[in-house]
Amino acid sequence: MCGIAGIFLKDKALEPKLGRLLAGMLGTLCDRGPDSAGFAVYGSGMPGLMKLTLRLPAKFDLNALLPALSTAAGASMSPVMHDSHAVIGVPRDREPAVRAEIAHHPAVSIVSSGRRMEVFKEVGRPDKVAARFNLQDMAGTHAIGHTRMATESAVTTNGAHPFTTGPDQCLVHNGSLSNHNALRRDLRREGLTFATDNDSEVAAGFLTWKMREGASLEQAMDASLAALDGFYTFVIGTESGFGVLRDPIACKPAVMAETGDWVAFGTEYRALADLPGVERAEVWEPEPARVYFWQH
Amino acid sequence: MPTVDLAQTPVRELNAGLHRLTPETNETHWRVLNPRGRHAIAAGIDAPILIEVEGHVGYYCAGMNKQATVIVRCNAGQGVAENMMSGEVRIAGDASQAAGATGCGGLLVIDGNASARCGISMKGIDIVVKGSVGHLSAFMAQAGNLVVLGDAGEALGDSIYEAHLYVRGNVKSLGADCVEKPLEEHHKSDLRRLLEAAGVALDPASFRRYGSARRLYNFHIDNVGSY
Repeated sequence: MCGIAGIFLKDKALEPKLGRLLAGMLGTLCDRGPDSAGFAVYGSGMPGLMKLTLRLPAKFDLNALLPALSTAAGASMSPVMHDSHAVIGVPRDREPAVRAEIAHHPAVSIVSSGRRMEVFKEVGRPDKVAARFNLQDMAGTHAIGHTRMATESAVTTNGAHPFTTGPDQCLVHNGSLSNHNALRRDLRREGLTFATDNDSEVAAGFLTWKMREGASLEQAMDASLAALDGFYTFVIGTESGFGVLRDPIACKPAVMAETGDWVAFGTEYRALADLPGVERAEVWEPEPARVYFWQH
Repeated sequence: MPTVDLAQTPVRELNAGLHRLTPETNETHWRVLNPRGRHAIAAGIDAPILIEVEGHVGYYCAGMNKQATVIVRCNAGQGVAENMMSGEVRIAGDASQAAGATGCGGLLVIDGNASARCGISMKGIDIVVKGSVGHLSAFMAQAGNLVVLGDAGEALGDSIYEAHLYVRGNVKSLGADCVEKPLEEHHKSDLRRLLEAAGVALDPASFRRYGSARRLYNFHIDNVGSY
């Protein structure tokens, strides 16, 4: 099972409503993935800064950590709290020092980094997870989300999607991969690190590696058709774009819709049924083994 | 004319109402509003009625249909008209995977494209797709006709038994034991009947016919008289 929702806005006027649109889509897909959920939102950047999204354990006092983080960052910082997650802005050249400081606190995880991307994920019913993080009030240009029914690895926050292995890059996956162990070994040799045993994280890592080697997202997605064995529907986000790819057998369902104002992906049409103007949208099923990509 | 708005009424209630209909019913024309991709709309009907669904439907719409004519104005999700026994199902848009799967009878007409596995394991249903069909269509098809006005994807008719496949466009590849066969006069006449039923004015001679080479399954056609 699992459910995927993604939306890419063309109409700037809709940007303040991005989170509300995605929250509605994820709520509809609760029954496809009731055990955990997560989403990535591409909002406004902080000039000159990288955003790090941190996940904090319960009752963790971030204020106690701030002086050390500010010293590492060479500037004071004011975290934006979203339930168990905090977003901090870090000068780009100071990111390694901040990461090194955070590494002294193993209970704190870095969920994502990027100029614009913030990633939030937790175990629990997707509608409740979205409400905890106040997704409905988040703004941005594009966002992708996932409702998980775990099959491949444990129900943990780390096992929830999206997976991110590079700045502003994330991936959500419906399906399962059969060659992820071998591929993870290869990618580790290339210097990538993985936080879980999850197959989907390997797919995210593969795309990150290809793009690091100079491929565009489209080229990286194309290469994954040959490299990945198994079945999958992926929705992939980058700083400026949004891509969709299904394996050649296309077992996993997928529906896309497009109007002049937005492009959306849903595992089922039900997830798209509340989008503004959907009754006039072009609605179609993405073809197997074909790379779809939209970019601002 | 009964009109059921699925924004107000659960699908179970709609279907329970449809299942209660008797052959003598006067409620012969139904409208269903706001389907919004819900699953199993108008599944399991056994009455000679017409149902018009105004919007996109989810999985298994009109599954197991007997006698009824179900018209969907937009797209259909997976398994539309699955295991249909008789009647008609018409989809104005595209259909997702496994359209008409295991259907035993009746007519399924898809005005747009059907994706993968259209007519998988069909057992007597007639399917007319005005657009193209995806990969592995008519997989293990046993009986009935699949007519495709556009193209067919990879492995058409893989492991086919005795269904008839007619494709007007290109076939990307044929599956195991599926071969092109001559289009005889009686095939053209079958095809003419199906095209007329689907409201299409095309020359049957513009289609190519595919079917089983009968090398893969044990039944040998020469022994048909023994059964």
